[in-house]
Amino acid sequence: MNYKIDFTPVIEGFPSLLMGCLGTLGLALGGMVLAVIVGIGGVMLRDSRSRPLRWGVIGFVELIRNTPFLVQIYFIFFALPLAGVRLDPTPTAIIALGINGGAYAIEIIRGGVQSIGKGQVEAGLALGLRKGQVFRLIVLKPALRAIFPSLASQFILLTLTTSIAAAISAYELTSVAQRIESDTFKSFEVYGTITLLYLAMSWLLMNAFNLIRSRYLSYPVR
Amino acid sequence: MIVLEHVQKHFGAFQALFDINLSVRAGEKIVLCGPSGSGKSTLIRCINYLEQSEGRIIVGNVELSAGSKAVNAVRSDIGMVFQQFNLFPHLTVLQNCTLAPRRTRRLSKADAEAKARELLARVKIFDQADKYPAQLSGGQQQRVAIARALCLEPKVMLFDEPTSALDPEMVKEVLDTMVSLAEDGMTMICVTHEMGFARRIADRVIFMAQGRIVEEGPPAEFFGNPKHERTRKFLGEILPSSGTPIVPPTTPLK
Ligand SMILES: Nc1ncnc2c1ncn2[C@@H]1O[C@H](COP(=O)(O)OP(=O)(O)O)[C@@H](O)[C@H]1O
Ligand SMILES: [Mg+2]
Repeated sequence: MNYKIDFTPVIEGFPSLLMGCLGTLGLALGGMVLAVIVGIGGVMLRDSRSRPLRWGVIGFVELIRNTPFLVQIYFIFFALPLAGVRLDPTPTAIIALGINGGAYAIEIIRGGVQSIGKGQVEAGLALGLRKGQVFRLIVLKPALRAIFPSLASQFILLTLTTSIAAAISAYELTSVAQRIESDTFKSFEVYGTITLLYLAMSWLLMNAFNLIRSRYLSYPVR
Repeated sequence: MIVLEHVQKHFGAFQALFDINLSVRAGEKIVLCGPSGSGKSTLIRCINYLEQSEGRIIVGNVELSAGSKAVNAVRSDIGMVFQQFNLFPHLTVLQNCTLAPRRTRRLSKADAEAKARELLARVKIFDQADKYPAQLSGGQQQRVAIARALCLEPKVMLFDEPTSALDPEMVKEVLDTMVSLAEDGMTMICVTHEMGFARRIADRVIFMAQGRIVEEGPPAEFFGNPKHERTRKFLGEILPSSGTPIVPPTTPLK
């Protein structure tokens, strides 16, 4: 072993690594937005009156949570084009992340919704609000507040999962790192550096989530 | 105003209400009492369709069939106050009061807030409009719940044991609010065991047991001369035995 530590490629490639971070954050953000939509929509359908819809959501959650993310992203990227749906790597990655994160979000958010007392729903109905309004205006915020820590750590996980999008060459940190590494063979320096960059991004997001929580989801409780 | 004909309610195999017939005139105040589990909550929940029942229920001039779309309109004409207040914890007192009027009556924010402040003043919540429910005492919360219901200008108010979850020192402030509402002519159906309140404002007291209306009458008659053994036993249990001799000496006290 006469591997010589040399950070020159990392330093030279640092601007593109930072751009890679932006790519990662972009995928993560897109994935999270989609996951929230899938999650909240899924919870509404999951508890709707229509039995096929309920079973559809249950099946979706089971399918996504019990299959590998890499296979899911390959399916969208390589198999869907055979059915005429052809997407670029970045939209593919965002959709895959949104679907995958959404399936977990459904279960998490649903737990929050179930923690809200029946009295809240009844008070809303008694005021003449429709069921959808009761969910949106009365149940949702306290429910999200109750499960916010779980949802936040799920979304940190989603952010780290973006690295799998390197498998379809989506533009993000890991694929940028792979390129530098294959040009320079400085594996230790490159992967050591992006490990720290991922750590920094997770930390950044954690702080962002805490800010969101204190800004939008906090109110006095007894 | 409200007519119930042959109303029955089943929870699965269990029957909670048996052949309830009741008619409430506009402006009338009804106090509903009876032992725990006798179906009082179920009955008033049927009136605003929080429970689906069999038989006929007519509110105003509207009779709803099961699953009717008009249920929301009927509900917003009926104010309901719950034992546990059920204020929305993530909304301020003012927002609790304006939420439904803005959504169901399409009031502007300014109009809804003006109306809410007026009613909050009426229930003597003067300067707490921007607080959150958790920052208020139980009695204050229940008065906000009353104001919230009044913001929809309901034709009837339903109360389900509004003072049962309160510390004793807060019961009076809520009862006073209800008395003043009664004096203003509101149609009211109150489930309560506050018999002083019943004596003061009720036009009729109705006693329920095991899902049936056992006895009803004006308070003087109801308390002074209860006809049914079941009623006498109940009154003996809830009225303070050291209290004034409202309960005839023949009534068995516990
Ligand atoms: N959702 C429900 N499912 C099954 N049984 C119920 C339900 N709600 C009430 N009951 C039953 O119906 C009866 C009447 O209940 P309730 O109306 O709450 O009585 P009260 O308000 O007079 O104490 C009780 O025996 C209660 O257990
Ligand atoms: Mg009850």
